[in-house]
Amino acid sequence: MKSTWFTSVLASSVLTASTVTAAEFELSGKVSVEHRHFFKDAQFAGQFDGGQSSVALEPELYWSWNDGFDSIIFTPFYRVDSQDDNRQHGDIRELAYIHAEDDWELRVGIRKEFWGVTEFQHLVDVINQTDNVEDFDGEDKLGQQMINLSLVQDWGIVDFFILPGFRERTFASEQGRLRGPIVVDKDNVTYESSAKQQHLDVALRWAHSIGDFDLGSYWFHGTNREPILTPSHNGESLVLQQYYNQMDQLGLDVQATLGDWLWKFETIYRKTSTESFVATQAGFEYSFIGIFDSNLDLGLLTEYAWDSRGVVDFNTVEFGHSGSVFQNDLFLGTRLAFNDMQSTEVLMGLGTDLDHSANSFLMEASRRFGDNFKASLDIRLLQSSDSIDTAFMLRDDDHAQFSVEWYF
Amino acid sequence: MLNKKLVFATLSSLILGFTSLTANAMTAEEQKGLEISLESKKKDEGWADSSADMLMILKNKQGQESIREIKMKSLEIMNDGDKSLTIFNKPRDVKGTAFLSFSHPVEADEQWLFLPALKRVKRISSRNKSGPFMGSEFAFEDLSSFEVEKYTYKYLGDEAANGEMSFKVEQYPVDENSGYTRRIVWIDQSEYRVQKIEFYDRKNTLLKTLTFSDYKQYLDKHWRADVQHMVNHQSGKSTELKWSNYQFKTGLKDSDFNRNSLKRAR
Repeated sequence: MKSTWFTSVLASSVLTASTVTAAEFELSGKVSVEHRHFFKDAQFAGQFDGGQSSVALEPELYWSWNDGFDSIIFTPFYRVDSQDDNRQHGDIRELAYIHAEDDWELRVGIRKEFWGVTEFQHLVDVINQTDNVEDFDGEDKLGQQMINLSLVQDWGIVDFFILPGFRERTFASEQGRLRGPIVVDKDNVTYESSAKQQHLDVALRWAHSIGDFDLGSYWFHGTNREPILTPSHNGESLVLQQYYNQMDQLGLDVQATLGDWLWKFETIYRKTSTESFVATQAGFEYSFIGIFDSNLDLGLLTEYAWDSRGVVDFNTVEFGHSGSVFQNDLFLGTRLAFNDMQSTEVLMGLGTDLDHSANSFLMEASRRFGDNFKASLDIRLLQSSDSIDTAFMLRDDDHAQFSVEWYF
Repeated sequence: MLNKKLVFATLSSLILGFTSLTANAMTAEEQKGLEISLESKKKDEGWADSSADMLMILKNKQGQESIREIKMKSLEIMNDGDKSLTIFNKPRDVKGTAFLSFSHPVEADEQWLFLPALKRVKRISSRNKSGPFMGSEFAFEDLSSFEVEKYTYKYLGDEAANGEMSFKVEQYPVDENSGYTRRIVWIDQSEYRVQKIEFYDRKNTLLKTLTFSDYKQYLDKHWRADVQHMVNHQSGKSTELKWSNYQFKTGLKDSDFNRNSLKRAR
């Protein structure tokens, strides 16, 4: 019922668009070819060894009229993968109509909405589901259906969200790497709400800039984007079944921009029917401009993560009491920008758990070639000798990823 | 209330005294340098808002070229720095990236960047004045709006530049984060347009020369150069800026320069 109404709103907006003749149309997008190489043989049965290749297409179609105050954006996405059936997938990243006035804006359709200020973990970012098979940094998101009214006031921007339709998280298939010992079942997903995927989630956010401070705060009520995974039998095989409970979440994000220093702070309070907890991610970024008398910029990042739930303990795990991977973790990073014609950049990060043995290292280097190509090399290393950390499950998944993107 | 008034009166007389003191301390050359810059700024006042397309052609020593395509929208703010929105179209990998800036004559500018891949709005440090803009020979400070308070001045004499008799004025950046010790600016005497700028690096050696050409007048008042050519004498690289579609008083408002407009900027 809700989705019918939703589609009709969208359809009528699309219709309005087509009747206007002065609309401007723009097609752009990218094609990326990517190859991953895993250094070690797989830890679990069924997983592939060695290389994984894939091609992804993400065009963007954009129509605007009324001097850009009305627009429609459509961004479909599809990836073909040589190894992982679940990673071969498609999504509508965006299909939305936006109408802007001086002091308000209405956005209807499938969209992506990002909140937050920190770099190593995006705690407060809650609207979109994580497209987990894309990359393990959690920055890739699935499109979310929404009606978003944004009001611009002297005291900040207030956003109202109605989110009809829930997206389930994507997980690696049996053949796929970067997964735990038991495969997550795509089917037989259960929900706390009887409305299941049709539960109408809502959110209210306020964001404002006061001098050197950028502040944001919100309340979210609806389906928890993080599933609870419990082992269960699906025929003969043991799988992890996804269960999505309901949650209320309060979030706060603050950034103070003081000269060369960026101070960042994110915190959430989440309440579900089985537990409530507080989690925080905080730190700073400092930039040296033009080091060694060159055009090189060097940024240093430090962040700390804390979660009141403490560690994930698989031995004493109780249903709905999940624990956290980032309960007492320290992150250090450097960002090198060469500021050259090809926008060469190198980013390195180190994460370490202060409670037990679990370390991660990542490096991302990228450079433009010609006017329309970009090449990236990513290296991710994970180490753990402690079976209670998720890094333990991924300790044989060290890999390098080389990708070439063509922009059109 | 009375106390407040008293404090205010004392304070303002102090400030007035101070400014007149510094004014008195200026040499005739410094005074003339300041007056030329004040006149140049005043002659261009009242443009209200503007939009224009910018094509940047970057050239390295070997003559290889790279293109940047950018749209700029600006809003004139009286008694403060201007607001501007910079929208990137090329290179393609940064298409959709947009940059919002509230500039201030003395205090730090407020700047936000919109990253389209993540749909993320990021407040960034405005300390980076000396760094290159998009890998070009233009530093961020070379592209920010001219505010009289950003420099102190010294008039050096009269000299022709681009065939126009000009005032030659030396400018010393007030901001310690500037990449320059000084700039020498040629401002023509007929219309007070900047014809040429020489930039001297932190070691006080000549770093770059910027030449303005193809000036056009808009609304019978505002002069804008269609072409700006920057040559880096130390690296042998150069960047040419070509402006087109200049429009003034298009009705842009404060509301066209906020987080929401940054996110949908095209």
